[in-house]
Amino acid sequence: MAVAELPAAGQLARKPRSLMSDSINRLKKNKLAIISIVFLVVVVFSAFVLAPYITTGDFADQDLMQNNAVPAWMVPLMPEGAENYARISTDFILGADDLGRDLWTRTVYGARISLLVAIVASTVSLLIGTVYGLVSGYVGGMVDTVMMRIVDFLYGFPFLIVVILLQTYFKAVARRGVGSGFGQSLVALNASMGGMLFLFIAIGMVNWIGMARIARGQVLSVRRKEYVEAAKAVGAPDTRIIFRHILPNIVGPLIVVETLAIPGYIFLEAFLSFIGLGVDAPTPSWGIMISEAAPGIRTYPNQLLPPAIALTLTTLAFNFMGDGLRDAFDPRLKE
Amino acid sequence: MLRFIIRRILGFIPVLLGVVIFTFFMARAIPGGPFDFVGDRSLPPSVVKNLEAKYHLDWSQGKQFVSYMIGDEMKIGSFTIYDLDPSAPAYSYGVLRGDLGPSFRYRGQTVNDIISQTFPLSAQLGIMAIILGLIIGIPAGIISALKQNTWLDYSATFVAVLGVSIPSLVMAPLLIWIFSVKLGWFPAATWGAKPPYFQNMFLTPGFDWGNYFMHAVMPVFALGTGLSASFARLMRASLLQVIREDYIRTARAKGLHERAVIYSHALKNSLIPVVTIIGPMFAGLITGTLVIEQIFGLNGMGKHFVQSITNRDYAVVLGTILIYTILLVFSNLLVDLMYGWLDPRIRFD
Repeated sequence: MAVAELPAAGQLARKPRSLMSDSINRLKKNKLAIISIVFLVVVVFSAFVLAPYITTGDFADQDLMQNNAVPAWMVPLMPEGAENYARISTDFILGADDLGRDLWTRTVYGARISLLVAIVASTVSLLIGTVYGLVSGYVGGMVDTVMMRIVDFLYGFPFLIVVILLQTYFKAVARRGVGSGFGQSLVALNASMGGMLFLFIAIGMVNWIGMARIARGQVLSVRRKEYVEAAKAVGAPDTRIIFRHILPNIVGPLIVVETLAIPGYIFLEAFLSFIGLGVDAPTPSWGIMISEAAPGIRTYPNQLLPPAIALTLTTLAFNFMGDGLRDAFDPRLKE
Repeated sequence: MLRFIIRRILGFIPVLLGVVIFTFFMARAIPGGPFDFVGDRSLPPSVVKNLEAKYHLDWSQGKQFVSYMIGDEMKIGSFTIYDLDPSAPAYSYGVLRGDLGPSFRYRGQTVNDIISQTFPLSAQLGIMAIILGLIIGIPAGIISALKQNTWLDYSATFVAVLGVSIPSLVMAPLLIWIFSVKLGWFPAATWGAKPPYFQNMFLTPGFDWGNYFMHAVMPVFALGTGLSASFARLMRASLLQVIREDYIRTARAKGLHERAVIYSHALKNSLIPVVTIIGPMFAGLITGTLVIEQIFGLNGMGKHFVQSITNRDYAVVLGTILIYTILLVFSNLLVDLMYGWLDPRIRFD
């Protein structure tokens, strides 16, 4: 046994670096992405947990004697001569809207809608799109052709218009009420959520299409890899190949793509609320607040600022986070 | 090439038909009807009945659909090919013959009237916004990529991310506040409110360019800044990728001037991803015009689209959606054709 002695184990060993830890290290170096993630965590925490403690009263509370109240510190932002018509008040941090509702409270609670849309719409679209793309790409053949034809057909649809029609339908049905059965419980659930449920369904129903295409492309490229072939050769069943070999390798890029789509969902919700197809009053949403403040921009520009700044900062943070995740977890996607 | 275009246009037919069928039955499935309210008052049932009979809303939906597609009668001279409603003169000639039907809410106006009056403004807004987006976004992206990792690049990138993060929903009122209320530079509304600004897409005599652009500046900027930001981001990313390719090194190695390397070798290929997003961007532009028209009080097609859904003005809903869909599918075709021009390896067959 005159083979050269191998160095003792441990001499050459160093802490193993997985693909994951590489990615996390890359992410940690991206200051903007880290700041954004911290910011979003703070926003989520204050919207869902802290909201009752950092605000005064309910978002629907009205004080009509204080309508359009302007806090003293915002007076410089007002048009000239504002002191002649505006009600300067110290009761509100950010002032009150024309129904006398506290803008700070409404902005904080309004964050819930945008964040929920971001989370729910992206999850729904990721789930449906991935499953669809997986089946289509993995089964292949005739099934793939038919499934992709359907997607191509739907892709030509102006999806915004479909969302608008669906949401009009849902809202009208909810207003009229449904007599019995599954529909009734859905309507009741929707009402208890302030009209959020149908908004999610409408947005989620159309956004999986792009995802399905990307997922299928990823499946097709992974399916031909040697390790999938090896797994097949040793007789692994399809479910094992899909869940152990294909899915883990495609899910990273898919999540990254989905993260980059989140600002789009937030914009879509704001837009739908703006044209009156969002959540039901008095539930606040930044889009509704902007649409309420926009007509009064000449006299009360201060009412626009809280929802506008909140919406912009949140989408900014999602954009930086998405870019950071893409650069860290999928450098190939780095454009 | 020609065969490719023809085949693609034939491929539009099922999509357009699908959109029409979906919208037709979806719009009618929405609870409520076009004659529920006039202003704040509801109409007496007998009046509603008469109105519904006039617009054939009392027919079965299948019959209504046939009438919407091909018209309720067809006559050549005195010879009648078919007549769904012999008791009355033709009320619509059908989409296939270019008649989008009457509006249920604007008495005496057809959908064709409404679209031809309002579409030009929306189109001008959209086209100018895209042009603005290109002339700001593309150069910004190129400069950013060529000066990668300098302060110029960092600030341009930051501004671009900021630009894509501010929705036109926020941008438009902010512009009004700053430039119209505070500074008083531009009028806040009434673009195209008076006919002298434009008549359809054609200029009228005595067209006042100065006035026109004064009114156009803010709506176009509100819509265009977001576009220019996304163009800049994409342009930067794609140019950075292209200038690392082998053929660029070859071009440099043979001693080409840097400017020639960039402008005649790198630029054209790096435009491919930029062209890709023009398709989805068109869809985004439609959303954008809806918002901009509401905030700036413009009498564009988007405003009528949103209103018609609330009013259950079925024919207007269908007509505007049809126009949007046609725009969308043709912009996708345009994107495909531009691919072929930018990348000669792509063959249309």
